[in-house]
Amino acid sequence: MDDTLRELYQDVILDHSKHPRHFGKLVDATNTAQGHNPLCGDRVTMYLKVDASGRIADIAFEGKGCAISQASASLMTDMLVGRTVAEAEKLMGGFLHLVKGEDAGDLDPDDRERLDVMAGVSAFPMRVKCATLAWHTMKSALESGETAKTE
Amino acid sequence: MTAQSKISTAFDPVATRADFPILSKSIYGKPLVYFDNGASAQKPRQVLDAMRDFSATEYSNVHRGVHYLSGKATDRYEASRRTVQKFLGAAHEDEIVFTKGGTEAINLVAYSYLAPRIQPGDEIVLSVMEHHSNIVPWHFLRERNGAVLKWVDIREDGSLDIEAVDAAITAKTKLVAITHISNVLGTVTPLAEIVARAHAKGVPVLADGAQGAVHELVDVQALDVDFYTLTAHKLYGPTGIGALYGKRKHLKGMRPFNGGGEMIREVTRDVVTYADPPARFEAGTPPIIESVGLAAAIDYLNGLDRAAVRAHEHDLLTYAREGVRQFNWLRVIGDAPGKASILSFETEGMHAHDLATVLDREGVAVRAGHHCAQPLMERFGVASTTRASFGLYNTRAEVDVMLEALAKARKILV
Repeated sequence: MDDTLRELYQDVILDHSKHPRHFGKLVDATNTAQGHNPLCGDRVTMYLKVDASGRIADIAFEGKGCAISQASASLMTDMLVGRTVAEAEKLMGGFLHLVKGEDAGDLDPDDRERLDVMAGVSAFPMRVKCATLAWHTMKSALESGETAKTE
Repeated sequence: MTAQSKISTAFDPVATRADFPILSKSIYGKPLVYFDNGASAQKPRQVLDAMRDFSATEYSNVHRGVHYLSGKATDRYEASRRTVQKFLGAAHEDEIVFTKGGTEAINLVAYSYLAPRIQPGDEIVLSVMEHHSNIVPWHFLRERNGAVLKWVDIREDGSLDIEAVDAAITAKTKLVAITHISNVLGTVTPLAEIVARAHAKGVPVLADGAQGAVHELVDVQALDVDFYTLTAHKLYGPTGIGALYGKRKHLKGMRPFNGGGEMIREVTRDVVTYADPPARFEAGTPPIIESVGLAAAIDYLNGLDRAAVRAHEHDLLTYAREGVRQFNWLRVIGDAPGKASILSFETEGMHAHDLATVLDREGVAVRAGHHCAQPLMERFGVASTTRASFGLYNTRAEVDVMLEALAKARKILV
């Protein structure tokens, strides 16, 4: 099998996509946002609970999409729970560079290792938007709760 | 293949492949299997050569200069119009308007023909399997003129019930806008019958022929259709040009679309008068080189036995349809009788985009997504499908490659 394909659809990714973490709704969400990829019709809704100290106390997401978008959303929610908004923003910035094959900047080595499972996407430019949909939606949820789009 | 079998077959797809330079390309080290013809078809050398030769020897702007090349280019541009006229079976050459594509052709009818005739509450009848290009221009009239869109559902197999179309046409209907062939399902609509039913109630019909002109032998006079649109790039021709067929009686009374050069009779500081059709609708420098390419594509198709091409494409569809039966995780969407060579399917546990990525690595180009037909996706309760659309140069051996790649994708993704 094609190595780049194996890297893209490695077991961690398929596991996340088949058994997404934090999948569902948050009834007491403080921030929500909807993301939409108009090219493929994929949609994601992100629910956040940010506490008084600016920490992401809980996250959930709902949506339908390809393995890449679902795995990316699942991985992201897993990594962002418990972090401050500022920490989350830094991680998101790093991820968005990483999937485009760019320098991800100064990330914590553990974070870097976890994000690296998504790095294979950079070999598939047509699929980068799948990987970033959830992250852009998260950004919208943190900022204003508006609809995010990846095009 | 022996010379003898070549003579005995009316159409030889393998021999035809040599005319399409891109088909010898490798993708990730695998031979290209191009099954995205519904989105855009590849171009034969004859089209590429015609455009290059024309550009190198006869090119100039049209309908403007008095010099030698201006005359040459104008002759070629107008000859292309006659080629399209004959291809569609139109009675008059001035019934063919060049546009930048099928989308613009429909927008032209919406703006120049229908919008001035719409009163709030007037209805436009369309099917749920329309491409967005035959939906959004009518939404514009809904938003701006108060038109009401009346949607005709299809049967579960993707076929269209003529009685359902008939029932949707009322005293308020101002136009029936319907596809000739669905770009997702491959359904061929009973166009002649739709036109007959609509005309019986005094309603004109526009047919979106983006796919129809490719797979069917179109005769607009026999169909008696009022407007028929086509685009060159799906017809093995270049991008950037399409055509609108409109009955003379309609075109004559239509207001201009874009304003600019070539579409006027006279311009003063106070008033402007417009040229007759088709010039009235062709403002600005038209796609001249592309018109030569479109004519070359039509000439190329006319040089083949088109009935045999159709039979070949149908054979590929049948072969692929039978082939995918082995996959119990695959559901074909659209099985209308007599459908064109377009196979859309949904796969359990695999998203169309993941599937298309794996197929791509095997050299197989398919389309994954909503195919600019979201109301249809909604009708079938799917977000997206994978679509293999076959062209004249495709072969059964290529279908086999796709079937193997589908099995492989299953192993990787599930």
